[in-house]
Amino acid sequence: MSHAVTVDRNGGIVGKISDVLIARPKLLTLLLLLPPLLWIGIVYIGSLFALLLQSFYSLDYFSGLVVHEFTLSTYAQLLDEANVQIILRTVAMASLVTIACAIIAFPIAYYAARYARGWTKALFYLAVMMPLWSSYLVKIYAWKLILAKEGILTWLAESVHLSWLIDGILAVPIIGGPSLSFSYVGTFLVFVYVWIPYMILPIQAALERVPANYIEASADLGANPRQTFRTVIFPLALPGIIAGSIFTFSLTLGDYIVPTIVGNSRLFIGQAVYTLQGTAGDVPLAAAFTVVPMLIMAFYLWMAKRMGAFDVL
Amino acid sequence: MPPAVRFVNVSRHFGSIRAVDDVTLDIAEGEFFAMLGPSGSGKTTCLRLIAGFEQPDEGHIEIFGDTADGVPPYKRNVNTVFQDYALFPHLTVGENVAYGLMIKGVGRAEREAKARDALAMVKLDGFTDRRPAQLSGGQRQRVALSRALVNGPKALLLDEPLGALDLKLREQMQEELRTLQRELGITFVFVTHDQSEALSMADRVAIFSEGRIVQVGSPSDVYERPQSRFVADFVGSSNVLTPAFAACHGGTDRWTSLRPEKIRVVPAGKSVPADHGHADGEIKAINYQGAVTRFSVDGGDIRITAEMPASASSLKEGDRVRLIWPKSAMVTMENDA
Repeated sequence: MSHAVTVDRNGGIVGKISDVLIARPKLLTLLLLLPPLLWIGIVYIGSLFALLLQSFYSLDYFSGLVVHEFTLSTYAQLLDEANVQIILRTVAMASLVTIACAIIAFPIAYYAARYARGWTKALFYLAVMMPLWSSYLVKIYAWKLILAKEGILTWLAESVHLSWLIDGILAVPIIGGPSLSFSYVGTFLVFVYVWIPYMILPIQAALERVPANYIEASADLGANPRQTFRTVIFPLALPGIIAGSIFTFSLTLGDYIVPTIVGNSRLFIGQAVYTLQGTAGDVPLAAAFTVVPMLIMAFYLWMAKRMGAFDVL
Repeated sequence: MPPAVRFVNVSRHFGSIRAVDDVTLDIAEGEFFAMLGPSGSGKTTCLRLIAGFEQPDEGHIEIFGDTADGVPPYKRNVNTVFQDYALFPHLTVGENVAYGLMIKGVGRAEREAKARDALAMVKLDGFTDRRPAQLSGGQRQRVALSRALVNGPKALLLDEPLGALDLKLREQMQEELRTLQRELGITFVFVTHDQSEALSMADRVAIFSEGRIVQVGSPSDVYERPQSRFVADFVGSSNVLTPAFAACHGGTDRWTSLRPEKIRVVPAGKSVPADHGHADGEIKAINYQGAVTRFSVDGGDIRITAEMPASASSLKEGDRVRLIWPKSAMVTMENDA
């Protein structure tokens, strides 16, 4: 038996594959990208596409079955008085929550980025992140207890003689109600609470990237602190605010748990989708409702881009 | 006429570090003044004290005769060119240059025209609409310069403005800055750790060490007559001779500075002319540097560096040689530090 076997210096089949791949870098890139591309393409975009498709079907209300024929009648249904109300209510809530988050988050982020050092910085991250570690449901139920008529807030207000303030807020038409936990004010407060970390962190990151010498340069060129803030710090923090607002706005647009637990019984888009695809079985209308926040977000991003919010990125 | 900048016993501490320690200094109006020193010597802190980014812990600062105590940077008639330029990334080049005018409330048309002129002055016409990120280091440096000068400051502060540029560009900018300063006639205060830059550009140089000014004078003054071992060593390089060695080799019984280029390296045993000092030794290292060659000579208890025009010698390492220098080149230092 001959032992004149030529030693394959490339180490067999694996070596051959490796040779082929080295010679064709594009093939290698394709192979590496294929799994994530499949994931995004099929699981992500694919399901979105299926959703979009559903929205062009309609429900036969008599039989309760989905009619698989192309129609725009489901979208027309969105324009019904009640559905328009749901959309406007959700957009108004999302906008107010976003604005409130930005106003509250900015000073916190500013302090963390410019002044906090060492252990104060650690404390900041802990304070912002810790609420994210506990269950979202637990936090919302906790808020329900805080805001309830016999809850902590009412008790606190009574003991410092501020009950008139809560009563006054509840007496305001539309936003008021029987108690904070059954009013738009309550829903708003809980939304602001649950999403605010998503606003603080991007703003903080943006401010962190503004070097101290930009502020010195602006002072050197004659700008007082207020002018420096307006012309240098704020424009450079804007991409962070936009990034944060994308989170808070879209999360509020899609959420159905917060308004279900804390709020009056008027529906938000998320709740509408939840009921329509569940008990009502009207998947086409549910799908059409889901398309609304997507369109709103697309419009929002386009506006932000046009306003130059991403120029510094 | 009051000095452009006056420091009276100024100190600035950061914790236990005395960044600026009892500095007293006058910078005359229209002067090109360099602050030279190694990093951490307090020169940049002094510049920041003039700009107003720092306030003195002790002492008193006057700018053009007015007290600067408690005056914030935005109320001072000085402008700064920052080390890394600090151009605003969200503004175009034109907007960066016009920034100071915009803050002052100058109308759009006027400030745009002035910004264009200021950019033309540094040969950057046509760059108005670019972003700082699209410029090279040298171009950014010029934008920073025109952004400061467009405000018509009475003094311009430059914090290592050429530090980030490559050698060729740096030499070119040195010349341009000097010309600009002569044309404008305003005071330039220039911080650098590069001694050749300070010597070639400035009318006067202050040398900083550990928060203090150790010597102030014209470039030739500090180079030819260093008053301390630190200055002799930091400005150029020098042979610092001990009092004992100096006394035996044609000098006085004091610490003495002897510049390498004043020393001639000749074959051992060659006669010594009158009024010259000499030492014998062995060449330990020869360092070819283009225009000159450096010899490191072991003179027994001392190592002496000598510098000669490159073509002049056929000496090699290990040769016994004699070093000869005019006695007038031995500079006695007042200060032992």
